[in-house]
Amino acid sequence: MNDENNDAYWKANIRLMLILLSIWFLVSFVFGILLVDTLNQIQFFGFKLGFWWAQQGSIYVFIILIFTYTAMMQRIDRKYGVSDDDEDDASKNEEVK
Amino acid sequence: MDAQTLTYIFVAFTFSVYIGIAIWSRAGTTNEFYVAGGGVPPVLNGMATAADWMSAASFISMAGIIAFAGYDASVYLMGWTGGYVILAMLLAPYLRKFGQFTVPDFIGTRYYSSTARVVAVICLILISFTYVAGQMRGVGIVFSQFLNIPIFWGVIVGMAIVFIYAVLGGMKGITYTQVAQFCVLMFAYLVPAIFISMLVTGIPIPQIGLGAQVLDGSGLSVLEKLDRTLIDLGFGAYTEGSKSTIDVFAITMALMIGTAGLPHVIVRFFTVPKVSDARKSAGYALLFIALIYTTAPAVGAFARINFIDNVHNAEYTEIPAWFKSWEDIGLIGWEDKNDDGKIQYSPGAPFQGKPTFAEQRREDGSRQITNAATDNTNEVYVDRDIMVLANPEIAALPAWVIALVAAGGLAAALSTAAGLLLVISTAISHDLLKKTFAKGISDKQELFYARVAAATAIGIAGYLGIDPPGFVAQVVAFAFGLAAASLFPAILLGIFDRRMNKEGAITGMLAGLVFSFSYIAFFKFVAPEMNTAEYWLFGISPEGIGSIGAVVNFTLAFVVSRLTPDVPAEIVAMVNNIRIPKGVNKPSMH
Repeated sequence: MNDENNDAYWKANIRLMLILLSIWFLVSFVFGILLVDTLNQIQFFGFKLGFWWAQQGSIYVFIILIFTYTAMMQRIDRKYGVSDDDEDDASKNEEVK
Repeated sequence: MDAQTLTYIFVAFTFSVYIGIAIWSRAGTTNEFYVAGGGVPPVLNGMATAADWMSAASFISMAGIIAFAGYDASVYLMGWTGGYVILAMLLAPYLRKFGQFTVPDFIGTRYYSSTARVVAVICLILISFTYVAGQMRGVGIVFSQFLNIPIFWGVIVGMAIVFIYAVLGGMKGITYTQVAQFCVLMFAYLVPAIFISMLVTGIPIPQIGLGAQVLDGSGLSVLEKLDRTLIDLGFGAYTEGSKSTIDVFAITMALMIGTAGLPHVIVRFFTVPKVSDARKSAGYALLFIALIYTTAPAVGAFARINFIDNVHNAEYTEIPAWFKSWEDIGLIGWEDKNDDGKIQYSPGAPFQGKPTFAEQRREDGSRQITNAATDNTNEVYVDRDIMVLANPEIAALPAWVIALVAAGGLAAALSTAAGLLLVISTAISHDLLKKTFAKGISDKQELFYARVAAATAIGIAGYLGIDPPGFVAQVVAFAFGLAAASLFPAILLGIFDRRMNKEGAITGMLAGLVFSFSYIAFFKFVAPEMNTAEYWLFGISPEGIGSIGAVVNFTLAFVVSRLTPDVPAEIVAMVNNIRIPKGVNKPSMH
């Protein structure tokens, strides 16, 4: 484990986070608040679209964002060899093999 | 069996489950008392977090607020869920890796300063006490309305239950009771919502029912019908807001980062075994919270439709029984301004202030209002907090559903109260005593002090619940505003800015705290008559000022930290370490 590897890991983490947080901002603050009047012109399954984003859609996207982050971080953790399951899993895997 | 007998049975049953769990999960060490030994599986922690988070206000008041505020209530829906995205990505995993017991622990260690720790304790206690008073009050209200027990005794019973499982079991007892409480409150929220969605739209899923057609043959969707009805009665459209865009933006932001900065929520993520579990459990927590938060808008809309259908232009003598029973408690009031014997519902307050009643009833049996009537046409006063509790009755649901709702309201209030009391007591025994003023105490002594602090905090919370200062309802803005402006930036910078030093962090926290506190106090208590948009800073209400407080905190912290000495090398090493999931401290065995 060297500093360079850890810095690269941290950059990958920040990049993923920024992408997901821009979606977080988009669905709530942009769709649900700033553009709500424009989007309300569009009908969406019986809802005005802006209203739907504010009271339903944004919440669904939030859930997806967290689980996406969890899954992708798991991969990034492993790629850079900093995962927290290595410690447990390494010993288990050896026993199985 | 009648609703009251059933309610007694449901409440007695759920309470004995909570106590049983408390005895089973007694805490033996400070580690178990503070963070449940750090071995809680992520799904269970998600449930516990959801119960911890969903307070008496979420359960009892939120749908009512949505029913009467329409689009404007979106700030709560987005604000109180979006915070978990921030928590999952920006705070929870790193704080878990840090691996200590409390939020002030992190701030004190990261900023190598007892002053920073004590400032964090002050923020934490201010935030948590404002929050807990409302919970105890919620317990009292449920007891008095469903079981006919005076609020005083309701609060005493609630205190006794929380005392047993929080003082005995600490975080371990609280965690497992919260899991049970989550199941109770979710069931209690969803069952009536499904029934009502079926009644109004024929669709059993409330989230879809909200967009579906109403079953009255009009061919309109729920929201179209609501918009039209409200506009006909002279209200604004349900799906359009009345707050300014900047205020909606600021309130939503303050609630989001305030949520992420609430100590009793953050500390839940200290209890899972690993860093990756902290991320996962934030996801589960939001999933469970969303079950209720996406249902609430449907409940609110259905309740408003049902209310108008049942009440507007109805003869008082033919009004359903629920109207009269809530009138008896004083949460509904009717003044027949045009003497036609019918109830007319339109915008504006029907009379000045909350209703006060004369001894004598009118001829038709309605209660005589003694307030001065206003000159609009609205004749009916309704306390919006009753919507969730009255919903099963308004929709004529079976008695067991009413009993279930009572048990759910209690579960919501007790679970949040217990979580808050725990962070208060650990902040005192661990941060103030063990780490600052009484460094020599043993683990056993610390555990003893934690229990004493928990018992004392319960006593104070109970007192606030029985005899609430008039401003309790006003101060929720405090909890979120202060968390957003003080703790959140300090924690975030501690993780993401390696050069943030103690001078910067302490300046930032104090500035954010003082700024938000004074702004809210000024408009809520000093000059409430000036609490209108024209006097607000940038048009931002006290509810939203936490987001400006956070900006003040960030800016000052950044500037001060760049002008003062560097962070010591061992702290930089610590920050590097918490950024890496590998090497997390092991949970103790359960």
